[in-house]
Amino acid sequence: MSYELRVNPIACDGHGLCAELLPEIIELDPWGYPILMSAEVPRGLVEHAKRAAAACPVLALTLDTYPERP
Amino acid sequence: MTELALAPRRSLEVRLPRLLAGMAYQDIVSLRDHEQRHGPLPQWGTSGRRRPGRLIDVVDASGLTGRGGGGFPTGRKMRSVASGPGGAVVVANGAEGEPASCKDRLLLTRLPHLVLDGITLAAHAVRARTAYLCIHGHEIELRAALEDALAQRRTVDLDPVPIQLHGIPGRYVASEQSAIVQYLNGGPAKPMFSPPRPHQRGVRGRPTLVHNVETLAHLALIARFGDRWFRTAGLPSAPGSALVTVSGAVRRPGVYEIELGTPAGQVVMLAGGPAERPAALLVGGFFGAWLPARSAWPVPMCHAALKAAGGAMGAGIVVVLPDSACGLAETARVIRYLADENASQCGPCMFGLPALADAMADLAYRGGRGRMVERVATLAGLVDGRGACRHPDGAVQLVRSALRAFKADARWHDQRGPCLRVARAPLLPVPCEADWYGA
Repeated sequence: MSYELRVNPIACDGHGLCAELLPEIIELDPWGYPILMSAEVPRGLVEHAKRAAAACPVLALTLDTYPERP
Repeated sequence: MTELALAPRRSLEVRLPRLLAGMAYQDIVSLRDHEQRHGPLPQWGTSGRRRPGRLIDVVDASGLTGRGGGGFPTGRKMRSVASGPGGAVVVANGAEGEPASCKDRLLLTRLPHLVLDGITLAAHAVRARTAYLCIHGHEIELRAALEDALAQRRTVDLDPVPIQLHGIPGRYVASEQSAIVQYLNGGPAKPMFSPPRPHQRGVRGRPTLVHNVETLAHLALIARFGDRWFRTAGLPSAPGSALVTVSGAVRRPGVYEIELGTPAGQVVMLAGGPAERPAALLVGGFFGAWLPARSAWPVPMCHAALKAAGGAMGAGIVVVLPDSACGLAETARVIRYLADENASQCGPCMFGLPALADAMADLAYRGGRGRMVERVATLAGLVDGRGACRHPDGAVQLVRSALRAFKADARWHDQRGPCLRVARAPLLPVPCEADWYGA
């Protein structure tokens, strides 16, 4: 399984919890909205990514799973 | 490859005009005149050579691409809707959002039966049960004229799937395809986050085929004269003709039909040639790009070549910027408009575009103490690709092209303040501008 993060920009209100919980991948722009440095989540950060997605108060951050690419 | 051409009844020599053939100067072309010129609407059945899937094969073989700006292969879009769960919906997008484009309006006001034929053919091809023609809600006269045309067609039972007219708000983002779908579903006319895309799940959850009205007009002719006829104009890689709107510093601004691949300079010459010495061309509209006139002149008008030149075909818009105008000031005005027209949905667009518009206005009208070019570039990077639709990306493409095409100007503005040309009367059509400045 590979994991990819996706932000729904319409739902996102810039609460910024994701950047607190996953600073390795997510940083905030000057207006407080998340910027993903890479969509793909390295294996070691998957648990943190799940926590970040679950913490989003408006469910704008989703962690999609894909079958491993060859 | 199998022969897909339907018996061509037209001479292959006379290639243009196609869509605009027989257009009356001011009047709407009646159903009778339309059928006299192009022949009756071909009847498609359910099986054999006339089955719906074959019409899609013909469109595929013709190489027709969307004329609303995206340039996506029309046949492929139809096929994905046709292969859906059924009960499909066809939406003809005639709500031209680009202020510098007039081609859709021209088609609807003068040649509505081409578009209506196309809707009926598309509805047949994807086995749709519902068809909409969307125009701007405030165009009351156009609506009345279209109602008349539809009534004429009803008396001879031309459209088995009734075509419903629908008015949508005249905002820039309202004519984006997912925005139209959301509006037809009773929501606000604002773009949606995708996937699912409209062709998967659109109006009332059904697979929805959204086509620009010019694309449908081409479809009306392809169904009559075949794919080989269509390919006799244009390039092998970009076949057919397209409508372009030429404006700015040209002698005869207007809508012209060109073969795809016609050099941009030749398109300007069609419109009477430059009225003043040209400095740059805006190709592709507000989501397009500025190209310096000298390098733009030989570039063929088609998606691939314009993209390679750093521009975009968009909805076929060419604006000639004269030497006497300031490209940075024109860009600043357009970016302010695009910032005002954002849908207030996505944070980076909601806050980033106004900031970008401020920075562009500072650069154009105030100068920047040597720091503003960098600030514009930084802000552009912050909003690029960060919306649900391509609104911010389009604005960024225009800004970046301005910094490239007017590089020396930008440096002058940044270090010494605005040039004298900012005082020239505005060139690009920006709606509602008077409201901002109280003019």
